[in-house]
Amino acid sequence: MISIKGLHKQFDQLEVLKGIDLEVGKGKVVVVIGPSGSGKTTMLRCLNVLEIPTKGIISIEGHSLDFSKNVPKKSIALFRRLTGMVFQNYNLFPHKTALENVMEGPVVVKGMDKSKAREKAAALLQKVGLGDKMDYYPSQLSGGQQQRVGIARALAMEPEVMLFDEPTSALDPELVGEVLRVMKDLAQEGMTMIVVTHEMRFAREAADEVIFMDGGVVVERNKPEEIFTNPKEERTRKFLNMIQ
Amino acid sequence: MYLNSIFADPERTARLMDIAKTSLQPMLEGAIMNTIPLTIISFIVGIILAVLTALARISQGKVLRGIAGVYVSAIRGTPLLVQLFIIFYGLPNVGITLDPFISAVIGFSLSVGAYASEIIRAAILSIPKGQWEAGYSIGMTYAQALKRIILPQAARVSVPPLSNSFISLVKDTSLASLVLVTEMFRRAQEIASRNYEFLLVYTEAALIYWVICFFLSVLQQYMEKRLDRYV
Ligand SMILES: Nc1ncnc2c1ncn2[C@@H]1O[C@H](COP(=O)(O)OP(=O)(O)OP(=O)(O)O)[C@@H](O)[C@H]1O
Ligand SMILES: [Mg+2]
Repeated sequence: MISIKGLHKQFDQLEVLKGIDLEVGKGKVVVVIGPSGSGKTTMLRCLNVLEIPTKGIISIEGHSLDFSKNVPKKSIALFRRLTGMVFQNYNLFPHKTALENVMEGPVVVKGMDKSKAREKAAALLQKVGLGDKMDYYPSQLSGGQQQRVGIARALAMEPEVMLFDEPTSALDPELVGEVLRVMKDLAQEGMTMIVVTHEMRFAREAADEVIFMDGGVVVERNKPEEIFTNPKEERTRKFLNMIQ
Repeated sequence: MYLNSIFADPERTARLMDIAKTSLQPMLEGAIMNTIPLTIISFIVGIILAVLTALARISQGKVLRGIAGVYVSAIRGTPLLVQLFIIFYGLPNVGITLDPFISAVIGFSLSVGAYASEIIRAAILSIPKGQWEAGYSIGMTYAQALKRIILPQAARVSVPPLSNSFISLVKDTSLASLVLVTEMFRRAQEIASRNYEFLLVYTEAALIYWVICFFLSVLQQYMEKRLDRYV
């Protein structure tokens, strides 16, 4: 289980997260929606500790960090292994092939044997439908293929939860489907996922819960069909009208 | 006039041909025994120094950053020849007497270290922040992300400007003649001071530098092509 308690994040003068409380059960898929600037990316980055929260407690499967205190760098690096991050613009390592991108974490961070890591990476690439592209460099792959390598790279660390930050928003429309399909498969296999996306179809088909964020707080949370057809909060209604 | 005198006087022509031929061997010897080793050793030591300096300058530590900053500023703000004189002629005053070649290696390494650190620092800073974050996101430490993700990419960016530094260094080693290293140009000076054919001998030296640098620039183009393949 993942739990976030009283999560705050301030950049200089700007308070972006104003106390987020959230629990995500094991194997659950949560879709996060909300207007631009509402803090969705910042929340995911806090979970991955790419941003250090100003205060708050994050715990993942029994490991927990309390950011009201000083957190040592070593604990942060270890905590990051619990979460897999998929970036909007992929952020693949351009000097490494698809296979090497996926092997990198297990080999360097976990100290896994190279041949074992290669086998594992090959299996993961197979799984995301890129078995025939293992030796390609990122620059030789389409956006959809790159993003699937990104997913495989995160999976290779066997995280407790996968975080997706608008994974399809940089893609040409015809490439969105192949990435969403991989994500749906993952959801079906019981991966815990927090997904920031405006792909409503994905939310309807794969999410257990949809969370609407605005102004740095969680405004409303509910089952997809509920929140889409019958939003309780005025702000949610307005936002949904705007994007549909 | 020079050409006139050559054509007008077959004896002088023969003498010049002879000097050109006999001076080639000592000059090439100077190049192989001193110019080239001096360049290569200074460059390798300099690059190691440059990477460390670049890392210090982008680090969080104020003291480290300060020391590196002063070093770069001092080297860039003073003439290389003056630095060499301080090391070779100056240090004996405080009891440190160094061999000419060692003095030159120290001087050139310090120089390469300072200039190349700026190139490497810029290259590291040119790698998008997302690359660090992708490394961190799979659990890498600062050192792991630096070594595995950032430096290999920065190295590619640095190859063209660093090859230029290397080629400049080949030519700069001629300054070592003034701290008594018998590299190629010092050999040229010795030969010319005996036969007074300054124009001929120095032009010959210039040609040898040119050939070396031309060869290196071909190598540089080849390397850049190879590195550009996938990026
Ligand atoms: N490193 C930073 N320094 C200062 N301000 C930042 C930083 N990162 C984000 N912000 C600010 O925090 C606010 C929330 O940003 P965030 O990226 O989390 O929003 P978002 O909900 O993901 O928006 P979008 O839908 O546009 O991606 C914005 O006002 C943004 O300008
Ligand atoms: Mg965002």
